[in-house]
Amino acid sequence: MTQDSVSESPVVDRQSMAVDIVCVGFGPATAGFLTALSKKLVNPDGTPIAESAAMPGMPPQVIAYERADDVGFGVSGVVTPARSIKAAFPGLDPAQIPMAAPVKTEKVAYLLDPVGASRRSLALRTADGVLKLFKGKHHAIELPWIPPFLAKHDGLVLSMGQFMQWVGGQVMGSGTVQVWPSMPVAGALVEDNKVVGIRLVDQGVEKNGAATGAFMPGMDIRAALTVIGDGPVGAVGQQLDRELGLPKDHHVHDWAVGMKFVIDLPESCTLEPGTVLHTFGYPEPEIFGFLYVHPGRIASLGIFVPSWFDSPVRTAYRYLQHWMLHPWIWRHIEGGTLRSWGAKTLQESGRRGEPHLVGDGFARIGEGSGSTNVLTGSGVDEAWATGTLLAEAVTELLKQGKPFTRENLESTYVARRRASWVDAEGRVAERARDGFQRGVVTGLIGMGLAGLTGGRLRAPGKPMPPHKRLPTIEAFYRGRISAEEIAKIRAECLAKGTPLHLALMDRAGWPAIPLDGKLLVSHQDALLMGGKVQAPGGYADHVVFPFPAICATCDQRTCVEVCSGQAIAHGPDGVPVFDREKCIHCGACLWNCARERPDGSGRTVLEFRAGSGGLHSAEN
Amino acid sequence: MPSVFHIVVCGSIVPDPLQTLEPITTPTGPALKNELMLPAVLDPWAWHALFEAANLAKNNPGSKVWLVALGPKAKLQQVMMSVAQKAPFELVVIDGPASGFTESAEVASELAAAITSIAGLDKTKLLLFGGWESASRGAGTTLPMVGERLGITDQFQGVDQISVQPDGSFEVLERIEGGKHQVSTCAGAPALLGWATGNLPEPPNNPQVGMANMRTLMPALQKAKPAKVTNTGLAYASVALPKQRRETRIVKDMPADEIAQEIVAWIRAD
Repeated sequence: MTQDSVSESPVVDRQSMAVDIVCVGFGPATAGFLTALSKKLVNPDGTPIAESAAMPGMPPQVIAYERADDVGFGVSGVVTPARSIKAAFPGLDPAQIPMAAPVKTEKVAYLLDPVGASRRSLALRTADGVLKLFKGKHHAIELPWIPPFLAKHDGLVLSMGQFMQWVGGQVMGSGTVQVWPSMPVAGALVEDNKVVGIRLVDQGVEKNGAATGAFMPGMDIRAALTVIGDGPVGAVGQQLDRELGLPKDHHVHDWAVGMKFVIDLPESCTLEPGTVLHTFGYPEPEIFGFLYVHPGRIASLGIFVPSWFDSPVRTAYRYLQHWMLHPWIWRHIEGGTLRSWGAKTLQESGRRGEPHLVGDGFARIGEGSGSTNVLTGSGVDEAWATGTLLAEAVTELLKQGKPFTRENLESTYVARRRASWVDAEGRVAERARDGFQRGVVTGLIGMGLAGLTGGRLRAPGKPMPPHKRLPTIEAFYRGRISAEEIAKIRAECLAKGTPLHLALMDRAGWPAIPLDGKLLVSHQDALLMGGKVQAPGGYADHVVFPFPAICATCDQRTCVEVCSGQAIAHGPDGVPVFDREKCIHCGACLWNCARERPDGSGRTVLEFRAGSGGLHSAEN
Repeated sequence: MPSVFHIVVCGSIVPDPLQTLEPITTPTGPALKNELMLPAVLDPWAWHALFEAANLAKNNPGSKVWLVALGPKAKLQQVMMSVAQKAPFELVVIDGPASGFTESAEVASELAAAITSIAGLDKTKLLLFGGWESASRGAGTTLPMVGERLGITDQFQGVDQISVQPDGSFEVLERIEGGKHQVSTCAGAPALLGWATGNLPEPPNNPQVGMANMRTLMPALQKAKPAKVTNTGLAYASVALPKQRRETRIVKDMPADEIAQEIVAWIRAD
């Protein structure tokens, strides 16, 4: 790790500020950390447990910086076991949290293909042929039994946006910690192999980062401990992974993009708050769906598109609409109205993607620390728990007056984590999805085996970086659309500036979406009606293409096709162009880039940096 | 020689303008549907007033800025974490509704009382700032009433610029019809300025400013007094949304004339 890791700008009077603990990102992990820490920083007699080194005479100064414009702009409607959250708030009444409901009903259904356009293997088609005898009028088979490892009973349905607003109020109300939104963190400050704080992003710059007359260099926040909870695509987590590498045999090859709507359910809908529906099998076998019902006739619903779905045109939005129109889902939501929309990247390697959790001056928590359980499909509970564990460790070190060295953090935080249920369950899960590398049926069997045997049995498979397994468009559509026709469609789309995936899906037999202006709306309208994206001026673009010559020769351009906000488009010279005003910061472009850079680093040629703005909805 | 001003900015939160709002009737009067779930921002008019106040204080050493906010303190706390990074100020909080369904007179009384109780405020140096249409559903009635209750007779509305002269007087540009400004000269404080958008860009986020403001933010929120404003006595009758026909296109760098022609053609065709 070197000081060069933080990009240098034309520096004039870069300011610096000292605190004791600085946190990067305010998601569930940091919320768990601050919730626990804020209760421990003061002794029962009102005296602080330790004196601030940064501000002598004061209690420890703890600050969190969040990229989004508010603490409640996170994207995820979740169902969570909420074990760690309930432990943090004993006697928690879900009614205190807007849009929260106890899980009441759970169903899992296999969706058959009612339109005949889904790309299904021979094995699946054969199975479908049998299952169709039992499909009923809704083209779905409801599982008679939900495996215990998938069940979320006793859990909570939450809107992460509303939950984070609620938690933010709790922790800030304590007066012992501060959470500052609208402040992206550019990177970690590294000196002599120690993380000594963070650097905030520059302001008053052009899209390309060039200083303007209003240039204000990003401030350095120096801290004894930097807590990194910036999620799966956070800039600081990426930086540390680059500079430290991952532990032996660890990798982050598996990803997914989750895209969702929050909707007002129609009056006719009879689903009760706390209803949890999960689906698999449609619109493509690799795509999973969910519908969670909140109080007040509101629902979160959406799909997950995994990196092992080998379509180079794996757009989530069009697939989401086809999923919504499936008869098993549509019967509940027809006549509903879109309230909010968003998308988010998920790190799907789970514990096998765990980075170095600590080092001198830093600790990592949350999804970016490999806490997500990829077998149970649970991430919030685990992320929160890692934050709580770190808070316990930090409290212990503060009380003992010990520095935040690698050794001390390993003996406190890492030791707690290794002894935790997060780690134990993560080990069971870490290879549970390997079978999906070979196909959906193998993957489902593998998950079942792993779940029912505590991870002792599983289907084999070797995860690969997405760009190494992504086929060409021609290969993906072989047998369905000829290479000549694809070339013609590609040329037409380029000329018109329209997305290729829409034309290819039309050609592959997917019916047109019957737009109604309320629930089924165009992608652009979803951006306006549901996403409400903001991009404050004075910040640099956070999606950049530093190897334009390679981009110009790329004929897949998956980055364009998958972009959740249609913020990446074909550029005039073949190099994609980025429009920050549409970006919802889902990060899908980062792992969907199809070309590797020539420096042997294994990285692709698209960079996803720290940036400001994004969604302006607190309901996601 | 710079003048010293005590600048009080009246400003509170409103739902994020990007959200769709739906008025409803509740047992306690009119309100917005799911109001507490909506993201909130500082009223954009008040934003500009705050930027102008901060700039004025910066250019006139010894001056000080207070932000007096009437709103639900939980939401105020959340929004202040963004606002407080922009400009130095001391917060004064009155805990109450900020739904837009309150009476201007009641709100004005609460604001005036809160301002009067600010320790160390010198009314001879007072410049009362706020959004010219704030807290009044666009009627522009609240801020003048605050001024009246504080005995401020020099009032300016739709202000876009203030230029302080060496003798402490200042020139004010107020918006009038036709995209023009009325230019007035005021002898000095006390005065009331209801701001339009002003001319200043949004300041960058400054963590040090945020940290400095933090010293007063939490105490102000903790000692917030409940406001004596109610929505009772008001009845929500109806709201009519304009007939919408959404035809969205994203076009960059289109000349204004072409945009205007297209809109005219669209209206004529309707």
